[in-house]
Amino acid sequence: MSPGSMVSVALALAWRQMTILRKNPSLFVPPMLFPLMSFMAFAGGLSRLRHVPGFEFRGGYTAFQFVFVLLQSAAFGGVFTGFGIARDFERGFARRLMIAAQHRSGLVLGYALAAMLRWSLVALMLTLVALAAHMQIGGNGIDVFGLYTLGAIFNFIGLLWACGIAMRFRSVQAGPLMQTPIFALLFLAPVYVPLALLDGWIHAAARLNPVTYFLAAGRGFISGDTKDIALAFGLAGLLALALSVWALRGLKRAEQIV
Amino acid sequence: MNAAREVGAIAWRSIRRTFRQPANAIVLVFPLMLMAVNANGLKAATHLPGFPTTSFLAFFIPFTFIQGALFAASTAGTELGRDIDTGFLNRLALTPLRGSALLVGHLGGALAQTFIQALVYLGVGLLFGVRFASGVAGMATLILLALCIGAGFASAGIWIALRTGSGEAVQSQIPVLFFLLFISSMNMPRNLIEVHWFRVAATLNPVSYMIEGMRSLVIQGWNGQALALGFGLSLAFVTLAMTASSFALRKRMART
Repeated sequence: MSPGSMVSVALALAWRQMTILRKNPSLFVPPMLFPLMSFMAFAGGLSRLRHVPGFEFRGGYTAFQFVFVLLQSAAFGGVFTGFGIARDFERGFARRLMIAAQHRSGLVLGYALAAMLRWSLVALMLTLVALAAHMQIGGNGIDVFGLYTLGAIFNFIGLLWACGIAMRFRSVQAGPLMQTPIFALLFLAPVYVPLALLDGWIHAAARLNPVTYFLAAGRGFISGDTKDIALAFGLAGLLALALSVWALRGLKRAEQIV
Repeated sequence: MNAAREVGAIAWRSIRRTFRQPANAIVLVFPLMLMAVNANGLKAATHLPGFPTTSFLAFFIPFTFIQGALFAASTAGTELGRDIDTGFLNRLALTPLRGSALLVGHLGGALAQTFIQALVYLGVGLLFGVRFASGVAGMATLILLALCIGAGFASAGIWIALRTGSGEAVQSQIPVLFFLLFISSMNMPRNLIEVHWFRVAATLNPVSYMIEGMRSLVIQGWNGQALALGFGLSLAFVTLAMTASSFALRKRMART
């Protein structure tokens, strides 16, 4: 099998996934609205939190929340694509796909590509809304590129997790298993206030949570006060690697039923 | 068969289907997770001047009930959507079943789910130190209000299912209902919301008054105005959504 065949499988599958989304706005529009709603609710409703003693972030509360919502949309972009994988198994399409594909790991790559394209549209929309809401960007072009790169890796992580679940359970009913751990990881991080203002068990959980470091790096990028970048990218790389094994082993499981 | 027996039969089926879904365990746990995370993550907000309580958990717990009610909408809508998808509703159309019995019966599963969720959330809240300013009667009132709100959201879920005819479409429309929760006073009292447009939106949003009705029972005691607004708007929501559903059902179940 040539690498070319893997890429052609991936491109064909990604094209199909995007066509499904284009033809079924009801599958795409509400999940796209969700991060926008989160952004409006958090940045709009909670902005007074910046007056809490000890809240130190020089980019403003809109930028502080933008980074969280951007990363949230990235992870859930991957998870929602996982729903599509499960649906393909339920309807029997995935079995036919496995028989037809020359290089089956191209399927994981194809779904990942589709998840990335899907998230790109959400990220674009979110950025436009944030700019319309006068979000301050203190970082330079490279910093902003770093922020979106981190988002792209997180999108890949979300997809790989959901893909592994979808290929093991092969049913949309496993949806909560795809969403809940990602949700828990996201919300056990410093979402509303900086880490220093959290106390008790949530502070301890946040310190052990890799998403805390993704958020710190992302918020550093947008405010121009960069920190924890190597740690964030290192953790993201490790997670992506471990979850690639998880997704590919899921594919092997799914192959056994073909 | 009289109307009550028809409602009973549909409601019993709806309740059994709801409790046979393993995913509903997650639906029960999810609002608790969010409550645990937000009660701690947003605790710093209690340091803001004018914040009405020193416990963010007491402030936030009503949102958990509302979120549970929203999941009831998802349950009711998805179940009905599946009935439409599988042709069960078409087969029902061949029977003399009243449309109103079908609609009210379908609320059964959602209301049973809301009731059990409310008991669990209340128990967890008490366990973690929430004290009701309105006492035991206030707790019972809170559960009653949660049921009214649950009926409203479930009716909305039924309406979406009848309009779209698909459980999957109901699932993807639920985030739109979430919008009402997000643009409300769920995280911050309205007088402390800094952004003007958000404060106006939260003031116009009926969900703010549902949350505030519940919240008043926890942190204020008996506030007649907050309760009248909470109950009044919830019942208006049920009436509106059920009326819209009965029109949609007439189209969906056209008997020839």
